Amino acid sequence: MSSSEAPEGARLVVIGASAGALQALTQILPALPVDYPLPILIVVHIPPDRRNMLAPLFQAKCRMAVREAEDKEPGLAGVVYFAPPDYHLLVETDGTLSLSSDEEVWFSRPSIDVLFESAADAYGAGVIGIILTGANPDGASGSKAIADAGGTVLVEDPATAYASAMPLAALQACGTARAMPLAAIANCLLKECAA
Amino acid sequence: MSDLIEDIEIRLLLEALHQRYHYDFRNYAQASIRRRLRQARDQLGFANFSALQEALLHDEAMLPRLLAYLTVQVSEMFRDPSYFRAIREKVVPHLRTFPSLKIWIAGCSTGEELYSFVILFREEGLEQRTLFYATDISQDALDAAARGIYSLDRMRTFTENHRAAGGKSSLSEYYRTAYGNAVLDQGLRDKVVFSDHSLVTDAVFGEMHLISCRNVLIYFNRDLQDRAIGLFRDSLGRKGFLGLGSKENIRFSSHADGFSDFARQDKIYQRREA
Repeated sequence: MSSSEAPEGARLVVIGASAGALQALTQILPALPVDYPLPILIVVHIPPDRRNMLAPLFQAKCRMAVREAEDKEPGLAGVVYFAPPDYHLLVETDGTLSLSSDEEVWFSRPSIDVLFESAADAYGAGVIGIILTGANPDGASGSKAIADAGGTVLVEDPATAYASAMPLAALQACGTARAMPLAAIANCLLKECAA
Repeated sequence: MSDLIEDIEIRLLLEALHQRYHYDFRNYAQASIRRRLRQARDQLGFANFSALQEALLHDEAMLPRLLAYLTVQVSEMFRDPSYFRAIREKVVPHLRTFPSLKIWIAGCSTGEELYSFVILFREEGLEQRTLFYATDISQDALDAAARGIYSLDRMRTFTENHRAAGGKSSLSEYYRTAYGNAVLDQGLRDKVVFSDHSLVTDAVFGEMHLISCRNVLIYFNRDLQDRAIGLFRDSLGRKGFLGLGSKENIRFSSHADGFSDFARQDKIYQRREA
């Protein structure tokens, strides 16, 4: 019953996804137990006027608690936080979440690069960064930042992803990133990946 | 982990900026300030923050160039239309009962939110009895706000927002076009006082009926947020209103008890009287 395991040394999971995100996340998040021992921060590219969709949608499917991130709240283990529409989401060194309305990155706010770079700064080797399906290069430089800081980068296999541009860009920018199907990514979050 | 040397350099740079020029960013939320400083370092062509610090200390011309990165604020007219709808439908009926009004737009940046309020108050027949205080730490931003000139391609979004906010007039009544820009009617500034003011270091600002400060506090750490919210409470008159950004809240502040929810969804609070 108690499956509340995560890879050794991991302290934070960050996920970025764009076109096809809902399908892909549905293959991953519901697989995680209610007491999953890490916070999970997610950026999905969505239009700025779509208020509060993602958290209720996934709360209905997931055992973990799912919320839209609020400014300066502590990022807690066992909770999935979605970046709110029209704000960047960042994580501070003390684990609190920050929002910003700085300009768009790759035409996107929230931006995956902004989240991933802040995670690399704050948690270094303790970060697992995951790039899923998407049609633009957001997340590539953030993935590189995570890898450079000693963290782990997993990428949805471009061959089976709904949109391959984002996984391909991440793999190209980040030599140590590993491509794998969605089911394997979910598995990797639960225990040590087979190398 | 973030590079230890870079952390030291950033702390020293912010200390230099404070000691030399009295701009205090030391308690801003770190993740965003680090991102902005990296942008400044790269785009101003410095190899590292120590080199940027040297230039800042010895060359005054570097100050406005660095501040442009640190104070950049992106906003829209009538951003989050439901906020302005709540101001119009819920707050304005209270404001009507006062013979004269003082409104403070704190962190007004380049003026988009300020002019949204002026237009809304004109539509509601309150403009003539109101003084609008528009403050920011950046003189460049205040100058831009006073000019009231915006790129024409932004006006479409502004117009849609205005309509969604329950606008009673057409936004096109308030500007003329020139060289690809929208130039706001100078008359919109008749009741506005622009002023240099820092929420970090400056003091209470008059007896306000309404303070609107949106998407400024998210750049502060918790201590600084606390200071600003206390400052707002002390700057408000009896049962005055405070409007924050849609993802900001006073829940984590020691002054949370000093306010009650007025329009919860739209982050409008009312000063609670003891």
